This record gives sequence, C-alpha cells and structure tokens, in this order.
Amino acid sequence: MKNKFSEKFSSWLLGEVDLTEKIAEEKEQPSAVNPSKKDEEEETKIIHSLEKKEIKLSFKEYKVLSVIFCVILIGILTATVYFLPTFAKSDVPAVNEVYEHYVSQGRDETGAVNTVAGMILDYRAFDTLGESFVLFTATCAVLILMDDKHKTPKKEMHETVNYSRDPIVKSIAKILIPLILVFGAYILVNGHLSPGGGFSGGAILGAGFILYAMVYGEEQALKVLSERKIKAVTICALSFYCLAKSYSFFTGNEFNGVHSVISAGTPGDILSGGLIMPLNIAVGLVVCCTMYSFYMLFKRGRMN
Amino acid sequence: MNLLENYEELVAMILFAIGFTMLVFARNLLKKIIGLNIMDTGVYLFLASMGYIRDALTPIVPPEGEVNPMDYINPIPSGLVLTGIVVSVSVSALTLALCVRLYKKYHTLDLDEMYMHMKREEE
Amino acid sequence: MDVLMNFPFITIVLSLFSSVVAFAFKGRRARFVTYFLLSACAVMSCFVIIYNLSSETGYFVYRMGHYDAPIGNEISAGLLEPFFALLFEVVMLLSVIGGEKRIFSDIPEEKQKLFYVMVNLCHAALVALCYTNDIFTAYVFVEICTIASCSLLMASDKGRSLIAATRYMIFSLIGSGFLLIGVILLYSITGHLLFADLYEAITHLHSEGSYDFPLTVAIGLIVSGLGVKSGLFPFHLWMPDTYGTATPAASAILSGVISKGYIFLLFKIIFRVVGFDVFFGTGVQNILFIFGIHGMILGSVSAIRAKNVKFMIAYSSAAQIGYIYMGLGLGTRTAIVASLFQIVFHSLTKAMLFISAGGLCDAAGGKQDIASLRSSAHKNKIAGAAFLVGSLSMVGVPMFAGFIPKLLFASSAFESSSRMLLVLVALAVSTMLNVMYFMRTVLTVYHPCEGGASAKTRVYASFAVCALIFVAINAAVGINSQPISTLLEKGIELFANVR
Repeated sequence: MKNKFSEKFSSWLLGEVDLTEKIAEEKEQPSAVNPSKKDEEEETKIIHSLEKKEIKLSFKEYKVLSVIFCVILIGILTATVYFLPTFAKSDVPAVNEVYEHYVSQGRDETGAVNTVAGMILDYRAFDTLGESFVLFTATCAVLILMDDKHKTPKKEMHETVNYSRDPIVKSIAKILIPLILVFGAYILVNGHLSPGGGFSGGAILGAGFILYAMVYGEEQALKVLSERKIKAVTICALSFYCLAKSYSFFTGNEFNGVHSVISAGTPGDILSGGLIMPLNIAVGLVVCCTMYSFYMLFKRGRMN
Repeated sequence: MNLLENYEELVAMILFAIGFTMLVFARNLLKKIIGLNIMDTGVYLFLASMGYIRDALTPIVPPEGEVNPMDYINPIPSGLVLTGIVVSVSVSALTLALCVRLYKKYHTLDLDEMYMHMKREEE
Repeated sequence: MDVLMNFPFITIVLSLFSSVVAFAFKGRRARFVTYFLLSACAVMSCFVIIYNLSSETGYFVYRMGHYDAPIGNEISAGLLEPFFALLFEVVMLLSVIGGEKRIFSDIPEEKQKLFYVMVNLCHAALVALCYTNDIFTAYVFVEICTIASCSLLMASDKGRSLIAATRYMIFSLIGSGFLLIGVILLYSITGHLLFADLYEAITHLHSEGSYDFPLTVAIGLIVSGLGVKSGLFPFHLWMPDTYGTATPAASAILSGVISKGYIFLLFKIIFRVVGFDVFFGTGVQNILFIFGIHGMILGSVSAIRAKNVKFMIAYSSAAQIGYIYMGLGLGTRTAIVASLFQIVFHSLTKAMLFISAGGLCDAAGGKQDIASLRSSAHKNKIAGAAFLVGSLSMVGVPMFAGFIPKLLFASSAFESSSRMLLVLVALAVSTMLNVMYFMRTVLTVYHPCEGGASAKTRVYASFAVCALIFVAINAAVGINSQPISTLLEKGIELFANVR
C-alpha cells in the first residue's frame, strides 16, 4: 500500500496524474463496468438527462436558500433603516454646510441657476469626468463583444419588422423626429438654466436617432450618422472634456500661478455658467452617440 | 427613528434586497440583469429620498436676489443618482451584450448549462 | 518644485485622454500609446515619491477644481499612493510588453486596439483609486475598473473566456452593489463624501454612540463589497476560470494589479475614512481574519488539485490574497506593513508567473495542463528561469521577495498573543502546500528531455527582456527590502495620522 502511494506521489510530482483524481476514479470503477456495452450516443443521453435532473433537484434547495438569504438581507437592511435619520426632515446629517454652500452660493460662483448642473459640472466635475468615461468604456466593451463585421455576411441579417412601408408610422415619425431632436437640443443647451443637462438631453437626442433608424431602416440611418462620424464626435467630445477640465483643475491651484480666464457670467443668461454649457454639450454628444451605437450594435451586430 | 416615517427608505431597501437576491441566485442570465436593475432602482430611490426635504423646492434658484437654502432640497443626492444611472446603463449594456453572445453560442441563458456545453465541446 | 504636485492629476487625466487617443488609432499601433502612457506615468509617480520624501510633511492635497474640498473635489498624495501607482504602472507595462506576442495571437486582430484602450482605462481607474480623496469618486472609478477589466477578459473571444467574463462580471456587480449601498448609508448618517470629513464625522458618531448599528452595517457592506471584488476566500470562485482563460497579459493585469487596486482602496477606506480604532470596534476584522486563514489553506489545496498550470497559479492567488486579509485581521502595525508588502510582492510575482507560464505553454505547443509542460523549460530557458524564480519567491525562499512578507507576518504574530499559534500554524501549513505544488510544477518543467536534443522554440526579445526585468526586480526586492518596508511604514503612519 505504502509503495503504491509513493509511486503515485512520484508520478504526480512529474505531472502525469492528479492525486485526488486517481482516488476518485478508483472508487467509481466497479459501477462503471456495466454500461460499457451501450451505444455512445445513449450514454451521452443518459448523462445529459442525469445532469438535467441534478440541476432540477438542486433547483428547489436553491430557491429555498435564496428566499432565506433575501429575508435575512431585508431584515438587516430594515434594522438599518430603523436607525437612520428621519425621512424628509431638514435636520438630517446630509443637510449640512456643503448643501447650504451649494444652494446659497452655487449660483454666484458657478453662474448656473440649476444647482445640480453647477454641482456636477463645476464643483464635482471630476466625478462627471469619470462618468462620461464609464460610458466610453461601455461603448468600447460592447464594441468588443458585438462587432463582428468580419464574420457575418450582410445577407444573414434579417429585418424582423419593417416600418419603412407603414404609412402611419412613417408620417408620424416625420413630424415627431424633428420635434424630439429639437427638444433634446433644447434640454442640452439649457442644462444650466432648467432641469436637464447633458445626460438627459443626450438620451433624448439618442432616442430621436434611434427612432429614425427604426422607421427609415438602419442603412439609411447609417448614411446620416455613420460609424466614422460617431467615432469622430465621441473622440472630439471626450478630448474637449479632458482638456477643458484639465485647464480648470490646473488653474484651480494657486501654486501654478495661472488664473482661469473663464468667468461665470450673469446667472440666468443662456451664455453663462462658464464651462458648464460646453461641457453639457460634450457630455450630451457622448451620451447620444453611445445610445445610438448600442442600438446599432445590438440590432445589426456592426456599425457599418 | 421610526420605520413608518422612513417608509420610503424601507421600500428602497426591500427593492435592493430583492434585486440583490435575484442577481445572486437567479439562474437565468436575463433575470440576473433584471435583478441588477431592480437593485440599482432601490439604490436610487434611497438616494433620492435622502435628499428630499418636506415642502422644499427643486434646487433651481432664481437668477437674482438672496437665496434661502432651506427653501430647496439637497442637490447632492440628485447628482449622485445621475452618476448611478449612467453607471447602471453601462453595466446593463455590457451584460446584455455578453448575454447575446453567449446565447448565440450555446443557445441557453443558464450559466450552468453553458458550462456543461462548453465542457462537452472541449472534450 | 511645486510643479511636481500637478503630477498625480496629470497621470489620471493623461491616461483617460490617451484611451481616447488610442481609440482613434488604427490597429495594433494603439499599443505604442499604452507603452508611452505607462512609462511616462511611472516616471511621474517616481517624481511624486521623491517630492514627498524630501518635503517636510510628506503629504499634499491637490484641488480638482476651484474650490476647497468639502465643496469641491480633491486628490491627495502621501507616500503610499504614488508608490502603489508606480507599482501598478510597472507591473502593467511589463505584462503588456511581455505578453505582446500572445495578445497578437490570442485576440482577433480588429479587437486588439480596443484591448489597449481598455488597458489605458484600467490604468486610469487604478491611479484614480490610488489618489482619490472622495468616496463617491472612488465608486465611479471602481466601476470603470470593473467594466474595463471584464473587457480585457472577453477580448479573447472564446466561449470559455466569455463564460468566465460573465462570472467575473456577476461577482463584480455583487461587490459594486454592496459598495454602493455602503457608501450611501455612510452618506446618510454623516452627510459627507470627502475622506477627511467622513473620518471626523465617524469618529464623532462613534464616541457619541449614535447610529452605531447603521455605521457597522455600512462598514461591513463596504468591506465585503471590496472583498468580493478582490477575491477574498469564499468569493474566489471566479478566479480560476477568469485567470485561466484570458491571454497571459490580461491574467497578469487582473491578478497582479486590478484586485490589488481594490485592496489598496480598502486599506485607504479603513485608515482614512473609518479610522483604525473604529474599524476594530466593529469586529469586521475578525471575519476578515477567519476568511483570510481559510483562503490561505483552502486556496492552496485547490491549487494542488488543479491540472492546468494557469488554474494552479490562479488558486495560489486566492491563497496569497488570504495572507493580505489575515494581516489586516491581525491588525498590529507590523501585520499591516506585512500585508502591504504582500501586495507589492504578490503583484510583482504573480504577473511574472502568468507571463512566464504563457511562455512555457507556447513552448509546449499551446497546451496548458501541467503534464504536457514537461521539460518545456529547456525549450524556452528564459521563461523557465522566470517561472523558477517566481515559484521560489512564492514559496518564500530567502533572497527573494516572497520571504519578506512571510517573515513580517511571523514576527507580527508574536505581537498578538491570542492568535499567535493559529497564525504560525497557518503560515507553516500554507508554505508547505506552496512548496508542494510549485516545486512539483518546477520539477515537471525542468524534467530532462528524452532523446537529448529538443527543438527550441523562438523566444521573442520583448518577452525575454520583460521576464528578466521581472526577475531582477524580484531579486532586488528580496535582497534589499529595507527601503521598501521603511517607506511602507512611513506611508502607513501618514495614512493614519495626517489628514
């Protein structure tokens, strides 16, 4: 017995066999004698059905386990909520000097009437820089996954529903698309004056282009907004964002000896808020391109 | 310190827990993604309810004149929700793309079944 | 010399910007952007370390915008931040260059450009995680890191790597969910997002005793979120598949850098946000300690059972990460320094092991199981040497980097009498197991060739240079460890005391 083990050990050392595997195999051997005569196909079928059964068996335990887990999690979180500050009161910890500063002085310091826009694009612009790069990262990731223009020939793509011959859809879209695009642009440009801004405006613009692609067909849409244009717009917008914010980060520290030339302007004017409006437009373009390319990549599997 | 007064946070937390459980335990990939989105929705509700102050206005101040901070809700959670939404859109897109690719390859959305198919393919 | 204070911010924005630039390039040329970026940032991080070593406080805060911190946003750099940024940059650079040929062969040609874009984005996120001083900014960059690292995996475009990427993504999302809800709970009870203000508020709350339960839950959620993401023991299930199926450069980056980035963020949160004493009051560290010890032993046991060499290295990652959490759980100053040293050592050595294992697999004709790697070290001598050095270092042979953290862990065990025996036994058992599986692989790899002459495979210059640099760094750290451990000690002092 000992000898056998040492032999095994030395062969394992040389990487020939797996120690634990061998033991497991030996145990299984007696049962493995019987079904050796059967067809290979049948065997795989049996294995397959067995595996399925196993999955179904564990499914029940799984469900019970998940319910227990959920209840425990809800319990912990409910207990946490019990100890949290009271809802909708103005004496909670979150209402502190930072909040007061944002609301009372945000307008004069950033030039944006919309405090949220002033906060995300001026005070905490570093976060928003990260945010637009999250979108960029996601676009690249979806591009890695879905872009198979070198594999699928064009013929294989099939249209499930073709709206381009539907007169009702087409004539309504003709009215609706310009409206959507203008509304999106309005939200984008007025981000520092009214609710909205880059993210919501960009999403509306993207929705407009997606509607265009749905109604007039993707080929037509790609003539209007081709892959190259999308790429160029994304690259320009993100580069602008990086450079503009680098400038304001650099000038924000006194030891550099450079002062920012960008002024906040008169609050309430359309051309106010310093960098907020250009940044809103840049973010909006990135969001719009991201939405549109998500749609195209999921629908067509490629961007051209 | 009262569960009934904190009802909005409570609902948010329950949503979070349900979504989280789905993300962990659902076998179907699509259900996992739905769980992810429910979870994120719970988080946003929690954030939004944290910024809310009763009888206060949206934080869009008049262009001129003094501003009394107590008239407006807390703008910080609103900004954080925005960030969260963008992150969850990106993550959902990525996971959905993964789903599409895996379904095209293995014709199933169950991770364990996929694993079995893959093992068989390799043999 | 104040110009040097701009460097942390420049490294972050430059790496974001270079990812956009690389996206504009065509084909493989994007890699030069990555090489340039990583080397430039490494030089800049060096300058920041030198600046902080020579300055009085050794620490500075940089405003990200025109307003001071609680209103605006800021980054800060002490000694640890630029040091870890430098470490990540060096490891990423060496693994990307060393695995270059494998990237070309493993990843479809049209996706290679996007691979490099993702490397740049990973780097940006990691550097931002190192320097950031705001917990929500940290969350945003954690998400960038998650998506980008997942993309590194799925770029290989095989069924197996897609499944591994899905698994990795799901575990990462679980971690992100915990992290986000923890951050928001902290915000709701303190009203701050900035590290320094959070620290003040939390210390105040802790001394007052109000919101004790939510505080504990929030800390537990953040710790478990980052733990899941970095592959703490019971959640390490995504590791083997993930590291085993990706291209060697991606495995090296994921195991050597990304998971360490999350752990560094965790250290930062524990010391700078929660405060060490409050953290120890919650009892979370005991759970980390138990999980760490389990990881050290069970990870090694799984590694022994693995047949595939990359799976083996991946399981050993789980074991080595267990060491880090064990040190954190012990909580003495020496143990913390040992944990930080373990991060440095593991990040350097694991990347080297993955890259050299890639070279050995190539020599064995693309097969990854240990049996078919037999005598492959004779075909690719440099890969064999690098693998040998890596294994010796992992085992903890003196004169190599891996010896130092083991020594520090052992000496820290004597500081806490109640856990001394447990730690020492775990260290001994884990080292024994390490010896078993690494020496077995080394013996297999160096098995004398049958029939004498064997066809030598071509060794690429880029691979050889990187492997040799890895070996040199490893030996240098092992022989002359004093400067690094002094720097880590000083850095952790700064972390705990200067705000």
